[in-house]
Amino acid sequence: MEKVNIGAVITTPGSALNYRTGSWRTLRPVLDEAKCKFCNICWQLCPDSAIEQADVKAKKPIKIDYDYCKGCGICVHECPFGALSMVEEEK
Amino acid sequence: MGIKQVVKGNFATAVAAKLARVDVVPAYPITPSTLFPEQISTYIANGEMDAELLLTESEHSAMSAAIGASASGARVATATASQGLKLMSEMLFIASGMRLPIVTAVGNRALSAPINIWCDHQDTIAERDSGWLQFYAENNQNALDLMLMAFKISEDHRVLLPSMVGLDAFVLTHTMEGVDVPLQKEVDEFLPPYKPVYTLDVKNPMTFGSFGTPAHYMEFKYQQWEAMKNAEKVIDEVFSEFHEKFGRKYEKVSEYKTDDADIIILTMGSMSGTARAAVDSMRREGIKIGAAKLTVLRPFPFKEIKMLARKAKVLAVADRNISFGFGGAVFAEIAGTLINEKEKPMLIDFIIGLGGRDITQEDFYKIAEISKDAIKKGEVEEMVHWINLKEVK
Amino acid sequence: MASDELFTSGHRGCAGCGMAAAVRMVLQEAGPNTIVANATGCLEVMTTAYPETAWKIPWIHAAFENAAAVASGVDVALKKLGKREGINILAFGGDGGTYDIGFQALSGMLERGHNITYVVFDNEAYMNTGIQRCSSTPFAASTTTSPAGKFSIGKKEKKKPIASIVAAHDISYTATATIANYRDLKKKVRKALDVEGPSFIQIFSPCPTGWRYPSELTVELSRMAVETGIFVLWELEGADMNKIKVTYWPKERKPVEEYLKMQRRFAHLFKPEKKTDILNKIQEEVDEKWKHLEELNEMAR
Repeated sequence: MEKVNIGAVITTPGSALNYRTGSWRTLRPVLDEAKCKFCNICWQLCPDSAIEQADVKAKKPIKIDYDYCKGCGICVHECPFGALSMVEEEK
Repeated sequence: MGIKQVVKGNFATAVAAKLARVDVVPAYPITPSTLFPEQISTYIANGEMDAELLLTESEHSAMSAAIGASASGARVATATASQGLKLMSEMLFIASGMRLPIVTAVGNRALSAPINIWCDHQDTIAERDSGWLQFYAENNQNALDLMLMAFKISEDHRVLLPSMVGLDAFVLTHTMEGVDVPLQKEVDEFLPPYKPVYTLDVKNPMTFGSFGTPAHYMEFKYQQWEAMKNAEKVIDEVFSEFHEKFGRKYEKVSEYKTDDADIIILTMGSMSGTARAAVDSMRREGIKIGAAKLTVLRPFPFKEIKMLARKAKVLAVADRNISFGFGGAVFAEIAGTLINEKEKPMLIDFIIGLGGRDITQEDFYKIAEISKDAIKKGEVEEMVHWINLKEVK
Repeated sequence: MASDELFTSGHRGCAGCGMAAAVRMVLQEAGPNTIVANATGCLEVMTTAYPETAWKIPWIHAAFENAAAVASGVDVALKKLGKREGINILAFGGDGGTYDIGFQALSGMLERGHNITYVVFDNEAYMNTGIQRCSSTPFAASTTTSPAGKFSIGKKEKKKPIASIVAAHDISYTATATIANYRDLKKKVRKALDVEGPSFIQIFSPCPTGWRYPSELTVELSRMAVETGIFVLWELEGADMNKIKVTYWPKERKPVEEYLKMQRRFAHLFKPEKKTDILNKIQEEVDEKWKHLEELNEMAR
């Protein structure tokens, strides 16, 4: 019989990362790096932790993790600087 | 040797919890088990027990808290009965599914409606699907001992299933009997601290109670099934160890004057003593009759029942419970056990003592009469008989 | 990075789930020395399909109506085992698990004074089972069991004031929060975790699937709920509601219509014709509420 943990206990924290929810998308957010002001509001509000934080000191902009981004559009809508826009997912 | 005391059944289960060094007791009062949390609170108030008593706002929350506490690595016990056990019902299945070795003393009491606080086995019988081990006490010594052994059996890594110990409402819970209360030192040697397999621990984070899809659910259930199977062996081991340490012998099925019996009466709980007295009376009349008592209902004692069945012409099962539309549960399970045996006795079901109706020797004489009749006719005409219903005069 | 978070990516929450954003905020504040007892609901289902879990902290789910009771057991067990120090114990529940079926266990936990922070992710219906009405559902909202129709305006009853009811238990700290005001939310989480004794936070969590709006508006909606005054951000220590501290005063309250018309669960109030009497009723109630809050504020000066 397949081995399962007794009591259905999951002993591997964060194993949800094995499931790439990025496959759900029909639209994807795209960053205009020049416009990113490193405020990290999008990072804070993403329901899927699919945005890498910007580093204001290193002037590194945010980065979308397309493995997990579901294309909900919150980041695009909330960015105060219009640095993000939604585009159709490539087929 | 322990200390001889004269105690009520509820006290016996409470002192067992104390001796077992239970960490957490989440509880809600219900007749006839209320004395259990009361006694625990008295122990704690006087510094005799180092435990947390969590008085929840319902039995459902008591079992829920028990689950949280057990998953955190604590040894947990509680007590309830009847409607309280029914309210916990959802959580009983969950405790077993989550493989948490919680021990619960159940003051076997009838189920509403109508509301009735007296003794029968319907409450625990109705939960026999829950994945809990089930033990039934005949007397207060049994209640104490089975409670102690339940921790050891449940916590065994081959088992890791919760246990319930049934003791008859009022007949045992509230009746004083002499018991031998083991010494703390002896219990410590018999029962080491609880060592969980998985715990809620920030140093090693785990997810308890995950979502089991059709892809996995059956395998988890099979694990519980195997654990119950393992329990058959673990129970024998623990019974044997207990006998060696404390001098009291326990068996899954205990027999009395069965070797040459034509009729064997099967009982559970306090009625077993009455059955043996009735057997003695009937033996004096020359009737070849014996009695057998089930102390363990889950896991079902298949081997022992099959061996017992070879001895008699009739197994008369005294069921202190009823499944409407079928009959008694113990009868049904014995029938299921024996159906494929090449040679099997006749089986008759006797519904007896519901809602605290007193069980007397007369009842067993009646049972013997009906059994003798079946032997004479060579068949069982009626499968289920209700004993001692009030007749219209 | 997704893998640094205590609540990881890969969960099966709907795109734009307000609750998921809120959970991240709560755990960012709580940190790794945290144990969560979670009721059955969207959060539990979407994060723990065996063998995958989005949680990197110890987490336990037992049933629907008992997150508070399970958490109570954890609290007491850790205390007995000498492992309680420095551990945050959180109970997470949705609407059902908090307002209705879980209400008893919540009340019991509060009364017993456990050092537990209870967080309700309030999306105003039983979402996991398909958007049925809950006592948390607001007046005139259409749900699958209180649908708007020819003879129905949606839910007839008002939203149960869960946070005031909790505060009436005279607990250490009660607060309301929402995701648009995340700094306020995190401050409140910090306070709740730091106080001794029970604390409670109601986090207003818009749900695109249940409220039926385009998913990118989740945060916008939580903002609008606050700006129209429909959802008040407040906090309180103890039970005296006269002492509540409003933590955000909208400069000029927007008309409730602007919030309601964004969601199809209120579409029947606008089409085929505008139900002005109902909209006025909703607006009046909000106005009354704020009048009272302003009076309290004046008295406090």
